[in-house]
Amino acid sequence: MLLIPAMSQTRTAARRVTARAWNSYLLRLVGRALLTILAVSTFTFFLVRLMPGNPVDVFIHDQITTYGQTYEQALEQARGLFALDLRAPLSVQYLQYLGNLMRGDFGQSILSPGTPVIAIIGRFLPWTLFSVGLALMLSFALGVALGMLMAYRRGTWLDHALTVFATVTTVIPNYLLGILLLVFLGVQTRIIDIAAIRGSLSPGVQPEVSLAFLLDALYHAALPIVTYVLATLGGWMLTMKASTLAVLGEDYVGFARARGLPDRRIAVAYLGRNALLPLFTQLTIAVGFVVGGSALIEFVFNYQGIGFVLYDATVRRDYPVMQGVFLVITVAVVLANLLADLLYGWIDPRIDLREGRG
Amino acid sequence: MGEYTHHDARHGRWVARWTLLRRNPGGALGLAGVLSIVALVLVGPLIVPLDAATHLDRIYQPPTWNYPLGTDSQGRDTFSQIVHGGRSLLWVAAAAAALSTAIAVALGSLAALAGGRTGGLIMAATDIVLTVPHFPLLAVLAAFLRLQSETLLAVILGLLSWPTLARAVRAQVLSLKSREFVEAAQALGFGRGHIIAHEILPNLRSYVAISFVLATTQALYAQVGLVFLGLVPLASQHWGVMIQYGWARGAIFHSDSVYSILAPIGAIAWLKLSLVSMAGLFDDMFNPRLLGT
Repeated sequence: MLLIPAMSQTRTAARRVTARAWNSYLLRLVGRALLTILAVSTFTFFLVRLMPGNPVDVFIHDQITTYGQTYEQALEQARGLFALDLRAPLSVQYLQYLGNLMRGDFGQSILSPGTPVIAIIGRFLPWTLFSVGLALMLSFALGVALGMLMAYRRGTWLDHALTVFATVTTVIPNYLLGILLLVFLGVQTRIIDIAAIRGSLSPGVQPEVSLAFLLDALYHAALPIVTYVLATLGGWMLTMKASTLAVLGEDYVGFARARGLPDRRIAVAYLGRNALLPLFTQLTIAVGFVVGGSALIEFVFNYQGIGFVLYDATVRRDYPVMQGVFLVITVAVVLANLLADLLYGWIDPRIDLREGRG
Repeated sequence: MGEYTHHDARHGRWVARWTLLRRNPGGALGLAGVLSIVALVLVGPLIVPLDAATHLDRIYQPPTWNYPLGTDSQGRDTFSQIVHGGRSLLWVAAAAAALSTAIAVALGSLAALAGGRTGGLIMAATDIVLTVPHFPLLAVLAAFLRLQSETLLAVILGLLSWPTLARAVRAQVLSLKSREFVEAAQALGFGRGHIIAHEILPNLRSYVAISFVLATTQALYAQVGLVFLGLVPLASQHWGVMIQYGWARGAIFHSDSVYSILAPIGAIAWLKLSLVSMAGLFDDMFNPRLLGT
């Protein structure tokens, strides 16, 4: 009888420790995310403002020599474009720069005068989030299912065929896979009309809440999505197969079998959570890789997303756009990583004991 | 006597390696693939002359006996360009991988051995470099730095791709640190550098070899990607330049011209597939437990 209050006391104590550990895990993750964003912002400030031959100096120089402006006029114009007070000391400029970023003020495009960079980002980012997000979810789900299938059928011809498929698709760079899709589906067999599928929407279709809009958006995103899925699927399959095999060898699974639990229940309750864990660590890397590679994929399919804008701004040396897009892509990746880490912490029952993973 | 057993052990190890090669046919194929590409790229240019002149009479020809991979939009032999176009690609990828492996081993083992604040700082830097999306960063850098030089490109690629290996090295070193042989070396008063070089590195060989190969494939992805987008103005003899060129000239749109773009894509896929298969073989080959002795 006396034991019961003592037990409940240790249990609340344990819960408190767990809560503190979770909080510190959370704090550490958020701190790391903020630190990364700060480091990248500082780095871009260095590139734009301090490096020899930096775009601000080059712009001022060009304005004076090519357009015959006075130094003052050029300074004024550069100030509007880069959202920096160029007469202030560098330390003030740096703080000003960080403040502008927090307010979403990335300056203005050099090549389309009067267009704020943030407006360009707002227009093109949703397409990338849509196509990349959908593709990652699809490939994760498919990869988990196929990986489990491979583990259960290990050693069969199906396992071997899927392994070869996974290896080959993972190994070929995703933009080259994209070109191959265009060559074989678009040109050689004419299954897809590559003239019609270019861009992110058909001419005349406006963004709205309707089935027609959704279908058109999906039609135009289909090739990028298929490419992302093909390129990432193999990684999930192989990891899932390995981790399912590892979990299948654990004593508790054997014990559950011995107790006569049905296979389906074992697969869901015992395998699912434990075998999925290694995939979540991979998810963070995959997000960065796929979002980062979107410049290449969107270039191949002429898909009007943020990666395409990055490519376009880089080729045409539109520095404020380039810098804004790069920062936004970085922030998107950092946030996606944070989300994946939080999911990991939530799904992994051991996380409170280890206070996060090293 | 000592000589004899040493020789014997070495002989036994080679036999063991040969058996491993036979037991891992995928890895053996990968090794053969890598060797064949290295031979093609290093020896090939001595045999096959470079075809750089424009030939208006044979633009976009399908593969024939004389031009096994067809010709491109200027009538140049695609096969000759493949033979000559791999050297700079491989050199940049291998140099980048060597640099990133060196950084990863140095920082990873330092983080594990130093621990405390230094270790924490190194790991924070590792996390940041790992998180920042590499390809956009490379694109931005390419716009700022004008990456004409192959060496500069290799250095930048190498400076970005070390974090994954650094983490793995740190974890390995942390587990090795408490083993008897490392503690013995510490007790004998050997310095940190000596312990890393003589006690820890030999145990990381398989890790380092595999990571070197995988870092090479990563550098290939980024390098060809940058060239394909036209952000890195490299020398004209380059598989990436061939893809970019074919793409810009619409080579994908005709069944006779498509070979001039499929050939470099195939070469890159072949190289990457071989490298990845070979990495699996290294895992078996360098694992001291599998080799006996």
